[in-house]
Amino acid sequence: MIDLVDVHKTFGANRVLQGVTLAVPRGQSMVVIGGSGTGKSVLLKCILGLVHPDAGQILIEGQDVTRADREAFLSRFGMLFQGGALFDSLHVWENVAFRLLRGPHRRPKDQARAIALEKLRRVGLNPRVADLYPAELSGGMQKRVGLARAIAADPAIIFFDEPTTGLDPIMSGVINDLIREIVTEMGATAMTITHDMSSVRAIADRVAMLHAGRIQWTGPVHEMDATDDPYVQQFINGRANGPIESLR
Amino acid sequence: MILTAPVARLGQSVLALLAAVGRVALFALQVVSHLFRPPLYPREFLSALVQIGWLSLPVVGLTAIFTGGALALQIYSGGARFNAEAVVPSIVAIGMVRELGPVLGGLMVAARVASSIAAEIGTMKVTEQIDALVTLSTNPVKYLVVPRVLAATLTVPVLVGVGDAIGIAGGWIVGITRLGFNSATYLKNTVDFLEPWDVGSGLVKGAVFGFLVALMGCYHGMTSDRGAQGVGRATKSAVVAASVLILAANYMLTELFFTS
Repeated sequence: MIDLVDVHKTFGANRVLQGVTLAVPRGQSMVVIGGSGTGKSVLLKCILGLVHPDAGQILIEGQDVTRADREAFLSRFGMLFQGGALFDSLHVWENVAFRLLRGPHRRPKDQARAIALEKLRRVGLNPRVADLYPAELSGGMQKRVGLARAIAADPAIIFFDEPTTGLDPIMSGVINDLIREIVTEMGATAMTITHDMSSVRAIADRVAMLHAGRIQWTGPVHEMDATDDPYVQQFINGRANGPIESLR
Repeated sequence: MILTAPVARLGQSVLALLAAVGRVALFALQVVSHLFRPPLYPREFLSALVQIGWLSLPVVGLTAIFTGGALALQIYSGGARFNAEAVVPSIVAIGMVRELGPVLGGLMVAARVASSIAAEIGTMKVTEQIDALVTLSTNPVKYLVVPRVLAATLTVPVLVGVGDAIGIAGGWIVGITRLGFNSATYLKNTVDFLEPWDVGSGLVKGAVFGFLVALMGCYHGMTSDRGAQGVGRATKSAVVAASVLILAANYMLTELFFTS
């Protein structure tokens, strides 16, 4: 469903993506792992059109995203941002229903609010939080609201950018379980970037490791532990020694 | 090498300045083009009207009343050197509506509004809220910039008009309480000497200054660097750029309006 073919992206002298080729099949949950600064977020932003690749092709169902109708293209996406990226000036329910109150998905306010409350319930939040502002919520609750917003318009493709960063292990587990349930329930194609191995094991059908601007290894999650790729082994076992250089 | 280095640095600075001017001009064109295309966001526009117009009224009013009072004292003391104390009401009125009302009002709005817009949009940028808008099929320029620019362009002339009236009132209070003017005579002289274009030119200046203030706030917010330092720099740059542009635009508009 999502095909990246030899994607390159450079910022100044920093060659972030140096020929990424990756296929994400429809209905699968792909998790991209890799160290900090390896270009995982840039990869997602390239697919979303927030960053324009210097070379290569990004195809969604065979259609080049750079030539697609941007609004129609984005209307099929949902995204959970690392920090939630909730709009401070809007109530929680307005954040969740943002897409339902504007643009092609627009519907009456009462209906949009009802859907927002339902999505908040789906991510385990009490409807009482609907009329609060994001700043009044804890980090974990903000992540859940972000998740509710990502699924509000029932997207076909959902991206998760570091979904558990900054959360305690229990809340991380809750968010991981929610993501897995929602992706399975909606039949959506999901792409997650993370370096949290508990997330990888909870969310992934397939895993791809990004290193030095290329996909170092990709395969089903159940093959990850058994692979003899030294980069993957060093990363998933958190070893300081190995082919991946670490600063000490 | 030693001799050419300063020239190279100067060249780099000039190129950087021209590039910045080009980027701002393109941004302004983008904003203007969106002003006339749907969708419009009425809720964001109304919120910007309140934030920029209504909430700036106290600071503009206070600036105007003290400026009007001080102007009356200065003109009286200067005019006394050639027995022209009687011109205080007319000069205060003309000075306020043509120059001081729009310029000081614009500068106060720049300090208050450009900084707050740049800080708000800059924070939205560094917390990925702008990216989130894009992924939610919403054009950030249309949603964040156009309502603010439109609101500032429409409300700053109103603020200038109110500021003019308050400034003239400040001069009148000082005139009758400290300088011995008769109240009715002061007001008559004020009204008799003012022409509609004196007021109109100030309001047009206000609209231009409002546009520049919001444009600079939005531009620097949208191009803010990461982190608290980046947002701080964007805020400072927005206020400096808006203030300098107001003063430059004021000179150009004065040339345009009042020289033959």
